[in-house]
Amino acid sequence: MSNTICQTIKKSTFFWQFNLRTRTLAAIAGAFVILTAIAAAGILIDPASYAPQFQQKNLAPSLTHPFGTDWMGRDMFIRTVKGLSTSLWIGLLAATVSSVIAVIMGVAAATMGRRTDSFILWLVDLIQGIPHLILLMLISFVLGKGMFGVWMGVALTHWPILARVIRAEVLAVRNSQYVLAARKLGSSRWKIAVKHIMPHVVPQYIVGLILLFPHAILHEASITFLGFGLLPREPAVGIILSESMRYLTAGMWWLTVLPGASLLMMVLLFDQIGENLRTLMNPSSAQE
Amino acid sequence: MLLEAKNISYRYQNGPWILKDVTLSVGEGERVGLVGPSGYGKSTLSKILAGYIKPAAGEVLLDGKELPAEGYSPIQLIYQHPEKAINPLWRMKDILHEGWVPDQCTLNAMGIEQGWLERWPAELSGGEMQRFCIARVLGPQTRFLIADEMSTMLDVITQAQIWELMIRIVEERCMGLIVVTHNEALAQKVCTRIISLPELNKL
Amino acid sequence: MANHDTAPVLDIQNLSVKFRMYDKGLRQSELQVISDINLNIKAGEIVAVAGSSGSGKSLLAHAVLGILPKNAMVSGSMKYCGTELTPAVQADLRGRDIALVPQSVSYLDPLKKVGPQVQGLYGTKEQQSQVFNRFELAEETAEKYPFQLSGGMARRILVSTAVISNAKLIIADEPTPGLNPEIAETTMKIFRDLADEGKAVMLITHDIDLAFLFADRIAVFYAGTTVEIAPVADFIRGGDALRHPYSRALWNALPQNGFKPIAGGQPYAGNLQGGCPYAARCSHCSTECTTAKTIKMQTVRGGEVRCCHAT
Repeated sequence: MSNTICQTIKKSTFFWQFNLRTRTLAAIAGAFVILTAIAAAGILIDPASYAPQFQQKNLAPSLTHPFGTDWMGRDMFIRTVKGLSTSLWIGLLAATVSSVIAVIMGVAAATMGRRTDSFILWLVDLIQGIPHLILLMLISFVLGKGMFGVWMGVALTHWPILARVIRAEVLAVRNSQYVLAARKLGSSRWKIAVKHIMPHVVPQYIVGLILLFPHAILHEASITFLGFGLLPREPAVGIILSESMRYLTAGMWWLTVLPGASLLMMVLLFDQIGENLRTLMNPSSAQE
Repeated sequence: MLLEAKNISYRYQNGPWILKDVTLSVGEGERVGLVGPSGYGKSTLSKILAGYIKPAAGEVLLDGKELPAEGYSPIQLIYQHPEKAINPLWRMKDILHEGWVPDQCTLNAMGIEQGWLERWPAELSGGEMQRFCIARVLGPQTRFLIADEMSTMLDVITQAQIWELMIRIVEERCMGLIVVTHNEALAQKVCTRIISLPELNKL
Repeated sequence: MANHDTAPVLDIQNLSVKFRMYDKGLRQSELQVISDINLNIKAGEIVAVAGSSGSGKSLLAHAVLGILPKNAMVSGSMKYCGTELTPAVQADLRGRDIALVPQSVSYLDPLKKVGPQVQGLYGTKEQQSQVFNRFELAEETAEKYPFQLSGGMARRILVSTAVISNAKLIIADEPTPGLNPEIAETTMKIFRDLADEGKAVMLITHDIDLAFLFADRIAVFYAGTTVEIAPVADFIRGGDALRHPYSRALWNALPQNGFKPIAGGQPYAGNLQGGCPYAARCSHCSTECTTAKTIKMQTVRGGEVRCCHAT
């Protein structure tokens, strides 16, 4: 209890404190390091290390083979890492393309007049109205499956939510009093777009983009699992899971459980980064 | 210079008329109070006069000519909520310099301290932000100022400070001033002429 | 608990509020925004809390209601009818015994009819009809949506939300700015009637001239603390009837009085160094004002004031 009317700031002397900001930043950095490691490992792994070795078939997880081996004697840990890396790259590509579509659509809807706006909103409703997975399979199938089909499918179906967010933000800033005042102060349209509107949209875009990754990765894995995505020769987690399903009844649980859990872990890591960034940027939670 | 509104009418799409045949003129050096209850179109009229919205009928003329659509406007509007009229992501310095670069003289007259220029809007009080909003619209081309409930959200001391500065600057520069307010006592103190909008409005 | 009937409805002792805030980067520090407030409100009384924005008056209301943000730390004591207000008690009393009248209709759910919103969690349809009757609101108003209300109607609806609960303590946060004088006065009359029925009203406002007409006492806030708490009659008389130089400055700045401002501004909470927060703007400032660590509220001529030179 304080009886003074003097009001002071107590400055802490430590540079580092265990508080929300350090915790979130640490979480973001940790997740980022793991994800970069997976992405890099996928490129660096020698295909020979997961080549079939028939003398080592159907081994349960051990120290030499942490995720065990499959019916052809391939090391499941290295296959999983390779698969995760493939999913990661497809996810990155698809989410980035998707977010670019979202920005174009969102900005166009907010700035190019009522007709464009209602057309884009109609398109958004249309895409959101069709079950995600079905639309994805259709697009992937039409484009001939494989790598290209999958990422196009994911890219073309994931932009609506972010487009809506960006449209709303642009509309709100464009009609704000400070932009109206800026126009009367002689600021050009270009200056208003770059200096007033952009700084409000960019943080929304970044968080939206990062939260798109887990979606893109999961959807890539699920359509591949269902056989509408990547081809069996491409090492992806979806392929591993669908192939391994047949061996579940034989008691080889490690073939599905461990790769599946790793996929989930990776998705959750992305989600962590996105949610943590959001906490930091949201003024109502940033001071806790 | 003369700011004229001729037979202004306004309504939202097909809604009821808010303004009908409103005519008024304000000369240089005049301080006109625009009073009337809320919901009578005071704010709408100020936006039309400042060129923010187009009237459904009638015209706003500055020295007999139409207002320029682009560039720095000779008629500037000051809002009720300074925190909404300022981009929260900009430094105060950039906000101040958006339309013109005020000289030290103007800053002193408005009571803007040097240290405030480097700060963010969230670090200033409403009264301090409102000074920036006023200073940024005092460019050399400004001929008329419209203050729409400019001091309603401020405490009485800050209100008195701001009006004292405002009257001094408007007199020095021989600008016209339109004061939209529902505070009769304030209008009496500040204005040279008081107009009641419900009487002008031929609804 | 024996003194339930005689205890003030709200009794605040030595209340201080601090925020934990981030500086640049990762460091956190504490910022004291309310310091050493003593204030009580009795049944049947309107106490106006007046002061400029940033003086901490809204935070006081939030502290009483227990709705401060998570990074706030409260010290001191707050008692409601003799019961200590702990977070659990506050959650229980909020909306039932302590009611908030929000600032504008934007606090209502725009997609819900006003009738159910007025009833809230604890009210019934009959109570709502009674309250509407009392504020001369037509029965059909309950079927309207917030955007269909006129300014005056909206005010009465907002007050209804607080009255229906039969709360003993009503906190009104800036109920009048931006209203034309007739509606503002009607609103204040409603609060006066409520007080006359035996409720306690805390009226947070910077429309100090309206408080003159309807409040019983006025507490003047400056830089996070009370500088003067005095009967309203002293404020109407103005000048020497007031005890603190800041209250006098407020009075002189009113358009209907001198419309004379004083120079300078309220210091930012982080920049206060002790002593009198008003010292920098005060014409009576002496070394005692700046060197004293604390200046306590003292009773002078039937009012309380926080000033070394008050007589």
